[in-house]
Amino acid sequence: MTRAFLALVLRDLRLAARVGGSGAMGLVFFLMLVAVVPFALGPDLNLLARIGPALLWFSAVLATLIGLDRLFQTDVEDGAIDLILSSDTPLEVLVAAKGVAHWLTTGLPLALCAPLFGLLLALTPGAMLAVAATLVVGTPALTFIGAVGAALTASLGRGGLLLAILVMPLMVPTLIFGVSAANAATGGTISFLTPFLILAALSLVAIVIGTFAAAAALRQSA
Amino acid sequence: MIPTLELATSDRVPRFSSLWNLANPTRFLGLADRLLPWLAALAAALLAVGLYLSFFVAPPDYQQGETVRIMFIHVPAAWLGLFMYVMMSASALGTLVWRHPLADVAQKAAAPIGAAFTFVCLVTGSLWGKPMWGTWWVWDARLTSVLVLFLMYLGIMALWRAVDDPGRAARAVAVLTLVGVVNIPIIKFSVDWWSTLHQPAAVFRIDGPTIHPSMLWPLLVMALAFTMLAVALHVAGMRNEILRRRVRSLRLMEAERLDAGVETAAGAAR
Repeated sequence: MTRAFLALVLRDLRLAARVGGSGAMGLVFFLMLVAVVPFALGPDLNLLARIGPALLWFSAVLATLIGLDRLFQTDVEDGAIDLILSSDTPLEVLVAAKGVAHWLTTGLPLALCAPLFGLLLALTPGAMLAVAATLVVGTPALTFIGAVGAALTASLGRGGLLLAILVMPLMVPTLIFGVSAANAATGGTISFLTPFLILAALSLVAIVIGTFAAAAALRQSA
Repeated sequence: MIPTLELATSDRVPRFSSLWNLANPTRFLGLADRLLPWLAALAAALLAVGLYLSFFVAPPDYQQGETVRIMFIHVPAAWLGLFMYVMMSASALGTLVWRHPLADVAQKAAAPIGAAFTFVCLVTGSLWGKPMWGTWWVWDARLTSVLVLFLMYLGIMALWRAVDDPGRAARAVAVLTLVGVVNIPIIKFSVDWWSTLHQPAAVFRIDGPTIHPSMLWPLLVMALAFTMLAVALHVAGMRNEILRRRVRSLRLMEAERLDAGVETAAGAAR
């Protein structure tokens, strides 16, 4: 079972790295969002620094949403989903493998590069570190909650917008606690650990529930 | 002539036998046709009594004056919005776990009703908030989580329309509904877990209600009236959905018949 899990993770990573895969597109989209927002808000650095963590988190949510489309869609298109569904390995293990691979190609790069993009928003080093930490801990929740929506819309073809509508309300708590933790680290009345630990809990719960729900959704649609 | 299913209930009687007796859509339609006039009449009567109590019998609040009467619509609408989501979740379990044939129909009929009640709750709350709090909206825990509930209702209704086959759609929506049910306790306890502008729980509390009986009774009558209204609308919605599916089956059969007719004509011409 471990071998099947690792094999699927490596397959997805290789596919993402090759031509035609998602590659660094999630990261590039994240950079674009962070770069475009100051055009809308104006260049006032104080304002940008104040809302910087929130902007980075919001951009992370959107970048994850954009990339979720291809989580199961490509497998449905080329028929690999049938192999996954009819495999001996439990479907939940394989769905978890796809989720892990998606996080490694989308969430983790976002979280690690967020401090760099924080420079564009004039964040202090403390805020940069806090945002990166909360993103590392919170993006698994985004990926696995999104996996539920991706599984539901995988067989629909043009399910991109529907996926976003289904998944965004469920991502709201993660966003709330992520921004709360990031802001708490740079001052404020609450300690950093309170929202951070809740964020970690949300991620752990989302990994479990997301895996089972996405597996159930995949079974229903096939 | 539409073939009807008959369950063999003589030999195996499941525990929830009454629910399984209603699994036959024709039997359910018969029951619905008999029940619906009574449900509608009861709902209308309770609404009349409740509205009279709310607007003429209940006293004005010592602080808020007459504006407090919005509560008699806002609170029951909120309760019903939550109740319909719980109904949908129970139906979702019926679809996924027990494969009850009418659970699909119950799910689909409940969604627009729940969404409407939640919308009424949000709008009346906003209208109440402007004179009371000075703002149409505030992003506190209660209002935010109810808004998220409304968005979830819209997402569920969107997913219903996205999948062609009703059975597959029902199972997909069931999974989504059950994932979102975690929002219900969050809404209920949001005023306890966070410091909110929205007032804390005043009726469903461990220590009992804190509302004066002269306002509590009209509120409960209105809640009962809204519930009867929701049940009547739900039964009517289920009936409509069953009929809609029959129309769809008839259309599909007609299309197949025409297809076969064209093919035999083409074969005969050859």
